[in-house]
Amino acid sequence: MATKKQTPKTTAAPAAGWKYEPALESTDHVRFEKRYGHFIDGKFTAAKSYFGAINPATEEQLAEFGQGSAAEVDTAVKSARRGYEKYWSKTPPSERAKYLYRIARLLQEHARELAILETMNGGKPIKESRDVDLPLAAAHFFYYAGWADKLQYAFGGAQVAPLGVAGQVIPWNFPLLMAAWKIAPALACGNTVVLKAAETTPLTAMKLAEIFQEADLPPGVVNFVNGDGRTGAALVNHPDINKVAFTGSTEVGRAIQKQLAGTGKRLTLELGGKGANIIFDDAALDQAIEGIISGIFFNQGHVCCAGSRLLVQESIHDEVVRRLTHRLSTLRVGNPLDKNTDVGAINSRAQLDKIEAYLGYGVEDGAVRHSAPCPLPGRGFFVAPTFFTGVAPAHRIAADEIFGPVLSVMTFRTPEEAVAKANATPYGLSAGIWTDKGSKLFAVASQLKAGVIWGNSFNRFDATSPFGGFKESGFGREGGRQGLLPYLEVRG
Amino acid sequence: MKTPAQTNMRLTVAKTYKLFIGGAFPRTESGRSVALRNRSGEFVANASRASRKDLREAVVAARKAAESWAGRTAYLRSQILYRAAEMMESRRESLTATLVKAHGKTAKAAEAEVSASIDRLVWYAGWCDKLTQVLGNQNPVAGPFFNMSSPEATGVVVLFAGESSPLLGLVSIVAPVICGGNAVVACSPIAHAPIVIDFAEVLATSDLPAGVVNLLTGNRDELLPTAASHRDIDAIGAVGLSMEEQVLLEGGASATIKRVWIDTDRTSSAWALADHQSLYRITPFLEVKTSWHPMGL
Amino acid sequence: MSVHNGVVRSAYHPPAWKAVDAVAVEARAAALGTRSIKKAAKLQGLLLAVSMIDLTTLEGSDTPGKVRDLCAKAMRPLPGRSDIPSTGAVCVYPPLVAVAKEALAGSGVKVAAVATYFPSGQGDLAMKLEEVRRTVEAGADEIDMVIDRRAFLMGDYAKVFDEIAATVEACGPAHLKVILETGELQTYDKVRFASQLAIDAGAHFIKTSTGKVQPAATLPVTLVMLEVIREHYFKTGKMVGMKPAGGIRTAKDALKYLVMVNETLGDAWMSPDWFRLGASVLLNDILMQLEKERLGAYDSLRYHTLG
Repeated sequence: MATKKQTPKTTAAPAAGWKYEPALESTDHVRFEKRYGHFIDGKFTAAKSYFGAINPATEEQLAEFGQGSAAEVDTAVKSARRGYEKYWSKTPPSERAKYLYRIARLLQEHARELAILETMNGGKPIKESRDVDLPLAAAHFFYYAGWADKLQYAFGGAQVAPLGVAGQVIPWNFPLLMAAWKIAPALACGNTVVLKAAETTPLTAMKLAEIFQEADLPPGVVNFVNGDGRTGAALVNHPDINKVAFTGSTEVGRAIQKQLAGTGKRLTLELGGKGANIIFDDAALDQAIEGIISGIFFNQGHVCCAGSRLLVQESIHDEVVRRLTHRLSTLRVGNPLDKNTDVGAINSRAQLDKIEAYLGYGVEDGAVRHSAPCPLPGRGFFVAPTFFTGVAPAHRIAADEIFGPVLSVMTFRTPEEAVAKANATPYGLSAGIWTDKGSKLFAVASQLKAGVIWGNSFNRFDATSPFGGFKESGFGREGGRQGLLPYLEVRG
Repeated sequence: MKTPAQTNMRLTVAKTYKLFIGGAFPRTESGRSVALRNRSGEFVANASRASRKDLREAVVAARKAAESWAGRTAYLRSQILYRAAEMMESRRESLTATLVKAHGKTAKAAEAEVSASIDRLVWYAGWCDKLTQVLGNQNPVAGPFFNMSSPEATGVVVLFAGESSPLLGLVSIVAPVICGGNAVVACSPIAHAPIVIDFAEVLATSDLPAGVVNLLTGNRDELLPTAASHRDIDAIGAVGLSMEEQVLLEGGASATIKRVWIDTDRTSSAWALADHQSLYRITPFLEVKTSWHPMGL
Repeated sequence: MSVHNGVVRSAYHPPAWKAVDAVAVEARAAALGTRSIKKAAKLQGLLLAVSMIDLTTLEGSDTPGKVRDLCAKAMRPLPGRSDIPSTGAVCVYPPLVAVAKEALAGSGVKVAAVATYFPSGQGDLAMKLEEVRRTVEAGADEIDMVIDRRAFLMGDYAKVFDEIAATVEACGPAHLKVILETGELQTYDKVRFASQLAIDAGAHFIKTSTGKVQPAATLPVTLVMLEVIREHYFKTGKMVGMKPAGGIRTAKDALKYLVMVNETLGDAWMSPDWFRLGASVLLNDILMQLEKERLGAYDSLRYHTLG
């Protein structure tokens, strides 16, 4: 006997309201010392005094680092000089290349651990340290490795020679990547290095030192002294340094240029910026919105080339603001170790205070504040990503480099006005142009006084692509063939 | 002393050595002049002693000219520099005579200096439309982008010429800087005024837009500090500075992160050597601009 | 002259071309693809994905027997696991609509049918409309039409618009999904334009592909279409549904699509009423993932039925 066909039992769709679970990167396998002094002559050395560096997302101390004294700096410079004379200047270029290749490979092999440490010490989202900082750092060594034995082809038959010992001072926003930007070309060109990492983010430099040991880099070829600005000053003013390379604020850059006056030391400066991101009415708007977002919120806005001034053609201002408001609401701010975090922790208490002061100035000067509605963690240094509308060029938030996730939205009517406004700043590091019209893009790009122009893109970096500023954003280039010049004597 | 009427001699028309600013030949606003004498002490001419304000005016003129000069096609800039060489060639006798009469050179040395100066202009003229190719390039970035780097002019450049070689020394530092698309204010010692102003006349008749090159004669100790601290100057080049002057220049330049290029002074015969015309005398006054363009359908 | 969706047909002006930057849209899609969806979020996402599937068979060899098997699977994807929802719909050719309708009766699973000379769209309008009407009469809840790519690529946008508008009418109570066949339009600008055109003409859903042309659905193409839906919603307050179809084969892929909808359009679209996945083998891969979560061991296809 057959049963009658029943109405099948079914289950309804689950209710809406899909929330991502925390997806924390595991920190089980990372290891680091509780205390580091310096790295001199191929060895980790003790310091006379120490300071603590924290995880800005938890405010907990990670480790202690040496506060480099003048004497310790001197030891490091002597080691670099010895490294230059005894080893590096006698290492055939093709062997120098192989060391650098080796370092690139080791960076790739240790990438996960380094990315986690970069995030723990710096506060940047793990997806950025994993997908941007580490791959680019390895790529930088890989790229310059190949130059080491091809320098005679770099500058049209000119004679080239290394400078000697380079003193390098780097900032806290891309600690390992900046170290790579500085060290790779210096070594490829045959120089030796003393590098000082920023006092809030010295951890990955120490891990890089381990990699140099693992790579069997001869002693003294790269030395790290830890410490604050005083250590940096002692380094750049050391009489036995031939070359100084600094990345950081324009204020400190100015001081270094002044201190170096008359010394004959070669100098390159990569300083601040107040990049204009220009959106024309014919732009691919949805992609432009992404470009605006990554332009200012990438790495919490701790980016010297950030697109911190948004110049929108007046006819699409409201449309852009509506989309920005929507996009802001989808940003995920929080634990930098969460793989789904878009905006992480502000690097330090001091930087957070500065950003918050500017949020106040924005309102005070008459602009309208729009902050992401996201919840912020109770501990650590966090700020809601923010843009201001109704900003006038005279407002402090429109003129000063804030170095945080704060965007100033301004308008223009014609391409000519866009160019004039974009150029109306003492800085000249970066600019973005969004338009679907190629000829307009090239015309505007040619008129902008900035070292890096992103057409229909923003915050793209590559080892082969020179980076550096016009005007008060500094001089000299890092990356690409032009990035060799700061580390070579060129005759011809 | 006899008057010309008594001797039947024609009264010579003495040239007034003024300044060259914005394509015009103004007197120094300060009204200061210095009597120049040749080696035997005879009066040659009165030369202008440029003031700080003259420097400022010259910078204004250079700023005004800078953008359109950089914006001209490299081919056109090249032709204009070559035209300046042509103009110089056509005045080689008078330039030579000035070097002899006013600057005490032997005829042979004067001729050699003028010839070398003309050849130097021709050499740099040829660079204008090759710089981008030699100094710029496409970068093979690891992504779907057309990425290129090319050199651009730094902007307004102030130059201080040395003491030793009034014409060739000046041409050797000015030519590479304008060849790269910059506008220049060049300051020479007052004693160089006769040949400097002769050179200004060459430039004034050579299609070079007004303000691209401005020539001043004056005292370096007066003009150098002003230039170093001036906020609308992008770069300064100088020849033959003392250590004190270097410290002053580089220290002052740091206030606005000016590019500074310093070289040693040398004699005309040394300047004439081929190694003093170099691509790497152009590069200190260029900025590399890198641009990214996505490639996608 | 008639009015459709508030637009006078003869007076219809095609939407302005709006640019899409290919590199940037692909970068954004890739970035969204790196979201890490774990544990409860993964489970909930996979269940949601099941409920969004238009379980599809579109073969010349389809028979009533095959369709009945498929319907059974659609209603209860994994017998014994009542936590797993039914799929959103079963999608078949018009002659099999009646079979599916009967098999799914009372289940809440919708019957979707492809029409308008699927997959090529090369046919006479009157015949297309006739097919649509008969298919709806046979019980189809949803019609998946294809646009006339011939007219579109020739620039006759008014013709494409008119056909969609006429099909909306012919659908009566049935919902219309408009297939753009993005693999034949090729550029993102054209996908964007066609999406806007279909929405203007009254589409309830816009859909990427027939599944018969490569490439079918991709994440960046879907993102472009979602962005048009978002813009339309900003402008008019009206929601339009989205259906990527073809080439979505794994649970991981499905979660990527869900992340994209979630972060582009938001919660309101996170339901089978507004988002569907046109797929066949996808369901089994999701079921295997769900079984893996339950068993704590990797699953095998041998424990899952065809379809």
